[in-house]
Amino acid sequence: MEHKNLSLTLKVWRQKNSKAQGGFETYKIDGISTEMSFLEMFDVLNEKLINEGKEPVAFDHDCREGICGMCSMYINGRPHGPWHGTTTCQLHMRAFNNGDTIVVEPWRAKAFPVIRDLVVDRSAFDRIIEAGGYVSVNTGTPQDANAIPIPKQKADAAFDSAACIGCGACVAACKNSSAMLFVSAKVAQLANLPQGQPERATRALNMLDQMDKEGFGSCTHTGACEAVCPKEISVLNIAKLNNEYLGASLTVARD
Amino acid sequence: MTLNSKVPEGRMDQKWDNYKASVSLVGPANRRRLEVIVIGTGLAGASAAATLGEMGYKVKAFCFQDSPRRAHSIAAQGGINAAKNYQNDGDSDYRLFYDTEKGGDYRSREANTYRLAQVSANIIDQCVAQGVPFAREYGGMLANRSFGGVLVQRTFYAQGQTGQQLLLGAYSALERQVALGTVTMYSRHEMLDVVVIDGKARGIIARNLVTGELERHFGHAVVMCSGGYGNVFYLSTNAMGSNVTAAWKAHKKGAYFGNPCYVQIHPTCIPVSGDYQSKLTLMSESLRNDGRIWVPKKKDDNRKPNDIPDEERDYYLERRYPAFGNLVPRDVASRAAKERCDAGYGVGSSKQAVYLDFKSAIERYGKTEAHKKGMHNPSKEEITEMGKDVVKSKYGNLFAMYEKITGENPYEVPFRIYPAVHYTMGGLWVDYELMTTLPGLYALGECNFSDHGANRLGASDLMQGLADGYFVIPYTIGSYLSKEIRTNAIPTDHPAFDEAEKNVRGRLEQLLNIKGTKSVDHYHKALGQIMWHKCGLARNEKDLKDAIQEIKALRAEFWKDVRVPGEMNSLNPELEKAGRVADFFELAELMCIDALNRDESCGCHFRLEHQTEDGEALRNDKDFAFVSAWEHQGDENWELHKEPLTYEYIEVKQRSYK
Repeated sequence: MEHKNLSLTLKVWRQKNSKAQGGFETYKIDGISTEMSFLEMFDVLNEKLINEGKEPVAFDHDCREGICGMCSMYINGRPHGPWHGTTTCQLHMRAFNNGDTIVVEPWRAKAFPVIRDLVVDRSAFDRIIEAGGYVSVNTGTPQDANAIPIPKQKADAAFDSAACIGCGACVAACKNSSAMLFVSAKVAQLANLPQGQPERATRALNMLDQMDKEGFGSCTHTGACEAVCPKEISVLNIAKLNNEYLGASLTVARD
Repeated sequence: MTLNSKVPEGRMDQKWDNYKASVSLVGPANRRRLEVIVIGTGLAGASAAATLGEMGYKVKAFCFQDSPRRAHSIAAQGGINAAKNYQNDGDSDYRLFYDTEKGGDYRSREANTYRLAQVSANIIDQCVAQGVPFAREYGGMLANRSFGGVLVQRTFYAQGQTGQQLLLGAYSALERQVALGTVTMYSRHEMLDVVVIDGKARGIIARNLVTGELERHFGHAVVMCSGGYGNVFYLSTNAMGSNVTAAWKAHKKGAYFGNPCYVQIHPTCIPVSGDYQSKLTLMSESLRNDGRIWVPKKKDDNRKPNDIPDEERDYYLERRYPAFGNLVPRDVASRAAKERCDAGYGVGSSKQAVYLDFKSAIERYGKTEAHKKGMHNPSKEEITEMGKDVVKSKYGNLFAMYEKITGENPYEVPFRIYPAVHYTMGGLWVDYELMTTLPGLYALGECNFSDHGANRLGASDLMQGLADGYFVIPYTIGSYLSKEIRTNAIPTDHPAFDEAEKNVRGRLEQLLNIKGTKSVDHYHKALGQIMWHKCGLARNEKDLKDAIQEIKALRAEFWKDVRVPGEMNSLNPELEKAGRVADFFELAELMCIDALNRDESCGCHFRLEHQTEDGEALRNDKDFAFVSAWEHQGDENWELHKEPLTYEYIEVKQRSYK
């Protein structure tokens, strides 16, 4: 690919810690190759800040190949930036033009408090999984893996739901800061598989309870979550979750 | 100290059963009072923590990421091997063992590898029971594909995201134990030292990465599952945070380091595009099932790939290795690519790349589809369209990833690929029970040295991580802990904790106080350059000797002139990186010493002085059939111990994939 160099203006959210007042800082940056990834552009910015004796911008990232779900960044009003079905680490600077101003903020949601700059605390997602996002099977000697045939369509549907990387873009995009897409992906995955049946009803109820406790909002079906999901998890999962929830509410006796 | 591998007596296929039948067990009441620390939450760590928690041990699990689900096992793409023989193509425990030994160029411990093959089938059963959505056939049975270096189809997969699905399975099991209170999870924590009391590992010092505080944690045993050290090369397919620090601290406290020079360089990665490059992206080896690798027959051929007719292409793997073709093991494929590029046949603007072409696969699949649909005279376009759909269903996410990164569409133009540092077979030396030479300290998964010899076969890393965590450590840790049931938890105000914390704090303060002129990344990149050029795909005596001197000099400069901004008592990613790079410097030197000492070629360790007439690795079994286990004896000083490798169940041969 042919590459060009860009000069850009960055407006980046800086915040010392969860209690401090944050604000935007503006940085000018030159010589950004269109072949760079968005995070490599941040590496260049940080190298520049360090050389100037300033503190670099803290941001979460790890695998840089779009699968660990650690990178976040709300770029020009959209989680993970302008490309469809793409994490921030896989967004490349080809997406921008020379002279652009790019605004970068952390995920914003009550349940995701800012730790520093662009880093937020997403441990609420772990606690939602703790509430039931599993099949209760101990390590041991379960039956042979081929003992229960699973229709290919069912297995594929379960996989499509299971592809969620837990990044939280759905929450960041939602005007209610709802975690319904995240919760529904796990509930739908296990509801589609025979292994998930015994705990199917309680799983849906308990995970949704935990979601509420963590301070996530409710779903009003705007579909913003699906539009920004880097793994293109479908809102049909939410429909499935609602179905599961309704069924469970009618059949499970609760305290 | 002599190395005791503790391999049980008896026939190879009975050793593990004999071991399990005779190992000491810890009763349920005692398990509740025994504390185990697990470092890292990838496949090995998450599966170990979950299983030990299920058994009733008090487990504390640590990871530096914001959630255990992010560990780099998640990025493994292609699949996981298991000797299920579901395809009825002649697979067996022995065959998997044999392939792994041969693939590793006869440099791994037979008994460990055999056990790995034996427990492999159980892993698939366990994962399916957890709800891992593996790929299936229309009849509802599990699907398989083939991988490099083998002649059977034993690889289970979930599209190109197998590592993700397996890790999420282990993570779910782990979170279930967190909810039950048997495991306490410490995310955003980094282990910075092992605490040794009376010669046994009894705890760790960890830094809370959010607050910067140093914490003390006691454990009756410490289980290291901290992954590999490929990031010593700066550019690798590892995650940005992957590091050697935890394993290195253990090494400096008495755990020997095994075979540090064995580094796998993966043949199918996206080439480097510029000096800002922060990491390299791997394209699953499964692409070699259907893709054909080639370069132009003419040097410096600047035509576009699709303008070069078939007869002017050199499918060099098919030419050199007719039996295995594009599916030769990774070390062989990587060296062959480098050989063609060094000879001037490379492609792309950097000339450091070869083509991986799906054109014939698309055509072949398209014709099959047409046949299935009863189309008798399909047009070329129809065939291509249907063929692309099939390829998309198999490798869609990989094609999309490549297009995002390079801006090129691999359905239309061939992939450009080049080898990149990927996996480290070396690691902490462990015995059959996975215990290191520091009593009470275990090492599982990529951070140990044990199962893959000098080269790992594709889809065997996931197998090893889960085998160690789900099915090996739960038994072997009992052998040690059964003797610890009378040991009460040691309070963390013990002088050994004081001392360890003081040292950790001193080192962090030292890094912050240098206040030099160059960033951590500057030094890391420079170190990576030395390692890639002198301790990479091909090595020789002179380069290795030079590298050792260059590393020493660069390390001295780092400690005088690095600039680490920020403070200790807050989230400070630069400080985290600085500590890791400081450890990489020490490891890098040991890797070069090991590579220099191993005056033979084997698997991924290719010494230019030792090659066959065809340019293949030439082993020297007489002098080098041993594991190098290095004992740390102070700064820049190591003593070599040798564990001899003997082969009873396999005939050691010159590897051939022709």
